[in-house]
Amino acid sequence: MILLALQVPAVPQSSIGQANPVAIGCFLLFISITLGITWWAARRTRSTEDFYAAGRRISPIQNGLALAGDYMSAASFLGIAGLVSTTGFDGLIYSTGWLVGWPVVLFLIAEPLRNLGKYTFADVVALNRRPGPVRLAAATGTLATVIFYLIAQMVGAGGLIKLMFGLSYETALIIVGIAMLAYVLFGGMLATTWVQIVKAVLLLSGAFLLAILVLSRFGMNPLTLFSAAAAQYGDGVLSPGKLVANPLDAISLGMALMFGTAGLPHILMRFYTVPDAPSARRSVFYATGLIGAFYLMTFILGFGAMVLVGPDVIKSVDKGGNMAAPLLAELLGGTPFLGFIAAVAFATILAVVAGLTLSGAAALSHDIWVSVVRRGTATQAEQLKVARVATIVLGIIAVLLGITFKGQNVAFMVSLAFAIAASANFPALILTIFWRRMTGSGVVASMVTGTVATLTLIYLSPTVQVDILHHESPIFPLKNPAIITIPLSFLVAIVVSLVTGQHDTESGFDHRETQMHLGH
Amino acid sequence: MADTALQSLAKARWRVALTLTAAMILLYFGFIALIAFAKPLLARQLVPGLTLGILLGVLVIIVSWLLTWYYMRWTSKHYDPVLDQLKRNVTVR
Repeated sequence: MILLALQVPAVPQSSIGQANPVAIGCFLLFISITLGITWWAARRTRSTEDFYAAGRRISPIQNGLALAGDYMSAASFLGIAGLVSTTGFDGLIYSTGWLVGWPVVLFLIAEPLRNLGKYTFADVVALNRRPGPVRLAAATGTLATVIFYLIAQMVGAGGLIKLMFGLSYETALIIVGIAMLAYVLFGGMLATTWVQIVKAVLLLSGAFLLAILVLSRFGMNPLTLFSAAAAQYGDGVLSPGKLVANPLDAISLGMALMFGTAGLPHILMRFYTVPDAPSARRSVFYATGLIGAFYLMTFILGFGAMVLVGPDVIKSVDKGGNMAAPLLAELLGGTPFLGFIAAVAFATILAVVAGLTLSGAAALSHDIWVSVVRRGTATQAEQLKVARVATIVLGIIAVLLGITFKGQNVAFMVSLAFAIAASANFPALILTIFWRRMTGSGVVASMVTGTVATLTLIYLSPTVQVDILHHESPIFPLKNPAIITIPLSFLVAIVVSLVTGQHDTESGFDHRETQMHLGH
Repeated sequence: MADTALQSLAKARWRVALTLTAAMILLYFGFIALIAFAKPLLARQLVPGLTLGILLGVLVIIVSWLLTWYYMRWTSKHYDPVLDQLKRNVTVR
């Protein structure tokens, strides 16, 4: 049985890169369903509460699925499966790392955030004194995170769609841009949430089906699969290799993943779509379960692709290994299954881009325009108009950035987004929730320090200096700066707050603490 | 009155939340530390196909689930009922 599986010739001629009728059919079906949802949602989107927070009527299980949908990007589906298929155990380090931020979000962030804010996490940090500068800083932190995440998604989308559908890179980006704008502009958070739910269900069931097909070749026993991998490529694939050569780098990446999740603006925004704090709590619980299950499946998919397709074939189609899961789907289910998986990957990118754009638009309109420029005096109609203009602006920026960065190695931008979220957004947020003496100046100083220090250290890191600029050696040794920037940002927040501390911040905190538990 | 009751409830919740966060940090960075410093240990095959490393990787995900489940159970047993009581008192007052 195992021998038979081993002798299956690895996909001799893949149809990847050619127009695949099933892929196009599945994708058109997805587009028509989601546009139908958008039409339905558009009639229910009248106020800012509808546009930013889906009227706060999303149920915990729906929000759990939407959170999982927002988080499980094509990068994690294709990227991690590819990494496991080419490196074995080392890829699993990522499978676990992407989950561990979620319990932290549950324990520390979800409920206080829901009770203290309105639409964005800036609402919470702006409870300190000097709300104007605080909002500006928070909106900058949000936009920095969103833009880097968007670049990674758009460049990935262009390359992926070109590889799978045979469309040109620019056409692919414009399709993503237009569909995403339709969801967000007309359907706001309600449509965006349902697009995420549909996509999460598709992605989870696609991965599940693929995992079952893999296991059916190995007597439904994962250990038989792992043994087959070890028999073919050596015991080394089942144990730590050289990916984690530098322990500090591994710890630093771990810190960015663990605390960055709790600072991602498009994730934090989802907690305002549920009716109350207990619902926010339950939705993170469901999301953690779904995301964990998904990453457990990447174990099977990765090793399945390693044994059945083979690392050499995978790398010959795409150097980064991103095509491991699609190739595996083609081998096990033929061209139709490849088409389904390709359409799921496309839908995944579309949904993540929509979520990011909405949270960026909320930062521009709710945090900067309405709260800082108009000092809260804007009418509902004006707020909605500004939010929609901001959405269009961000959509155009996303497509342009995608075209600008065409062919660049942008994989590091996702970890950059996580590093900024962990160093600029997380410390300010957690200290505002926890620490009586936090001040507005502390928030601003810590967010600015976190953003600037992260950008500077990433620029000086091996990823930019050696991999992109081809210098001999990096100026800063670590690929991910979080181990320096997170403590630095906390330190700056604490020192500045103690220096600028005033008496009235404390009574403000008492009120805040009551609201944190009792709600509005 | 209600405020001191709320404060002690808040303290209890932070105690649980921080303990669970610490457990999570210990779990994940313990795993990373083993990968960094105890590679031969993780390479040991417990049964054919299952190294200690893979088992621990799966356990990190399962223990994360268990910690979130414990938190849900704690809040529904000890936090939500007291909070509901407090909210009712506030309304009465």
